[in-house]
Formats: sequence, structure tokens, C-alpha cells
Amino acid sequence: MADGVYTFFKDGLRLDGRRKDELRPLKIEAGVLKRADGSCYLEHGGNKVMAAVYGPREVHPRHLHNVTQAIVRYKYNMASFSVDERKRPGPDRRSIEISKVSREAMESVVLKERFPRTAIDVFVEVLQSDAGTRAAGINAASVAMADAGIPMKGLVTSCAFGKIDGEVVLDLCKEEDNYGEADVPVAMIPRTGDITMIQMDGHLTFDEFKEGMKLAIRGCDQIYELQREALIEKHQNDLKAKE
Amino acid sequence: MDKLAKIVIPGDLISEKPLKIGEGVFIEDGKVYANVYGILDQKDRVRVIPLAGKYIPRRDDTVIGVVTEIDFSSWHVDILSPYEARLHIGEYPGRIDQSEMSCYIRVGDLIVATVLDVGWTMKVDLTIRENQFKILRGGKLVEISHTRVPRLIGRGGSMISMIKRESACSIFVGQNGRVWIQGKPENVRLAERAVEMVVREAHTSGLTNRVVEFLNANK
Repeated sequence: MADGVYTFFKDGLRLDGRRKDELRPLKIEAGVLKRADGSCYLEHGGNKVMAAVYGPREVHPRHLHNVTQAIVRYKYNMASFSVDERKRPGPDRRSIEISKVSREAMESVVLKERFPRTAIDVFVEVLQSDAGTRAAGINAASVAMADAGIPMKGLVTSCAFGKIDGEVVLDLCKEEDNYGEADVPVAMIPRTGDITMIQMDGHLTFDEFKEGMKLAIRGCDQIYELQREALIEKHQNDLKAKE
Repeated sequence: MDKLAKIVIPGDLISEKPLKIGEGVFIEDGKVYANVYGILDQKDRVRVIPLAGKYIPRRDDTVIGVVTEIDFSSWHVDILSPYEARLHIGEYPGRIDQSEMSCYIRVGDLIVATVLDVGWTMKVDLTIRENQFKILRGGKLVEISHTRVPRLIGRGGSMISMIKRESACSIFVGQNGRVWIQGKPENVRLAERAVEMVVREAHTSGLTNRVVEFLNANK
């Protein structure tokens, strides 16, 4: 967008008034569904996602089971009303891919050996999408997993960075994602600093990539604090409900 | 447990030094971290009491199971867990014939059994020899989270024996979170509400006294 007609920045701020290293507002609530073993509702900017976790439970169909550890299944799904133009319901190439990478991002923290021959099912429903739904889904899923009492080595946190108008920025919004130059979702374990997922759409120089990673790691640390607070708040609300 | 019990989430640092550890924690690079979402308990050994989770059978646990199937040599028992348990015919007190298995324990019966062994692939074997064998008939079955069972039983059985006494019901609590209550209908309802109260307020202080008050007020 170098023609000067459209620009992503105005007075050094972005379209929605954020700084380059600023996240969109987040709201996380744990334990919102009664029937699931663990659940979480999360809003990240215009994204609204709901995550539900079931298990460890018996594996169906039976042949999928593993005798030495639990299997993790992750289903990312977008509601038909989550986008401007009605989305055709059901799994498609994109959501199958997101399910796979998100599952791999989550799997590495779960103590799967504790539950041989079982399945841990994670369902992520995107109710409203606004760029960065896979990151929002992972953030919600990891809170829901903790809420379900599944033992993990740490929470997984995710956020994206990207490039717009030649500048590296944190957490793209929809316009920035659609018309920007690059989008890089990152998932990590804040406790150890391990990266469990990284994908890149677009072009970046190595230096831009390194700069962006720093932003993303800082972004994840902020989100991690909110995930913690959501879980602690859930317990406090449970206590209050009694009195 | 005090009211300001510390909540930890998976991955929280508990101690910089290795300590004697119990459940719900792990050591990495000499530091102690939590691995479940729950309440930190540092009394004698560091552990995290989970707030949720499925029941995973362990040897010597006493559980309440529902018989779901009978095959040529064992009863299959649902123990409210991801793992199905089996009660082998040889574990039945006294010799019985294979063809007559369904005369002794039928499908749908509630039984109190002890976990004899949990195999490497989580094959769960039950036994009914040790404790006085019982098929639970009548009464009411309540299912609670197994994480609340230790609180419901109380230290040395103090909580559960108090509820039994005050509500004049006979109550049986399985480690797997099944609670069986028998007595007069109104007493059963009272005991059930007391159990619900313990489950809800499991992690607060002075609970036993409040439950006593509740039972006395509603008798």
C-alpha cells in the first residue's frame, strides 16, 4: 500500500488506534459450559471463540487408541455465521489444517503417558472471526484443558505478528491480515519459551522475522497472564456462588 | 484448609528448590512446578489438589461400580472412569459355576469392590473378597467428582460419619465419586443435600461445623 492512498498507519497508530506492539482487547472466561469436562469462552478483538474439552475418555472408534498414551483430538470449526459471507458448514482444507497444527501445538504439553488407551477431545468453535482465530482457539483450548483437570507441563499461549506497510506489528486485525504483507501465528509455552507452532503467510526478511518473534513472545506473555487470571477467577466465582 | 488457599495453574513455579513432592507437581531442572489446575497444599509434601479430572483407578481403592456385561469368565464393571474394570469369576467369594454367573451378580447391579490391580495398559481388575461383599439394592446413587471424595470422607472419616449419624442414613462412598445413600426418603434427601454442600464448599474452612448446622436446621 505504498501508493499513499491507503495506509495502515495514522499518526503512528494503527487502523484501530493501537500501537505496533499492542494486542487487541482480550476477555477470557473459564468453565462456561456445564456438560463439557472443561471449557472456555474467549474474545480477542472481534474474535469470539468457545472451546470445550472432554476426557480423558474411552476412544471411539476403538482402532484409534494407543496402548502407551492418550491421543489428543482437536477440532477447529468455524460457524457458518462467523464471517461476512455465509461460510459453508463442515470441515474444509483450511480448518483441517488448523486443527492439525493446533493439535500439535497443544499435544506437547499434555502428560499423555498418564492416560493410556484414552482420548482427550478438544472442540474449538469460532463464533465470530476477525483474523487470528487459530491463535484465539489455542488460547481458549489451553484454558479449557486446564479447567478439565488435565495434567500439563504448562499452558500453551498463542498470538500472531505480521507486516503492514513495511512495518512489523503484533496481532493483526482483519484489514491488516487481508491487505498486509505477512501474517505469522506463533504458539509457545511461556514457562519454558518453547515454540510449539509457527506458520508464515507472506514474505519477511530474517531481521523482520526476528523482530516479530520478539513481539510475539511479549504478546504471549501478556495473554498468558490473562489465561491465569481467568482460571483463578473461575475458582473464586465458584466459591462466591456458595455464599 | 484456609479460605485463602493458593490456586495454581499448570506450569506455575512452586519452589526453586527440589522438595518432597506428592501429586500434581513435577520437577524440572531442580525446580518444582504444578502440572494441574488446583489448590496448592504444602503441609508435609508439596502437592496440588486438583479441582477437576477423571477418576483413574489405583490399587486398593474401594469403588462403587455398575455391572455392564457378563462374559464367560468375568463381570465387566463401569467405575465412572475412562477405564472399564473387570471382576473375575475367581474373585467371587466362594466357588460358582461359569454358567450361573448371572444368578449371583446381574447386569445393572451396583457393587462395592476393591481394585485388586491396575495393569500396565490400565487393565483394571477388581476383587470383592476383602471387604464384606455387598450388592447395593435400593437407596439412592449420587455421582460427584472424585476430587471431592477425600473431603467428603474427612480426616479419619470424620465428615462422612458425622453425616451418617446426623441424617440417620447408611452411606457408602466410593473413591471413584459414587455415593450411595439409603434410609428414609426425607433423610436421604437431607443427606444428599449435605453431600452436595460438601462438594460445593470442599475447599473452605470450618466446613464440618457448617454441615452440622445445616443438618440440624433441616432435620
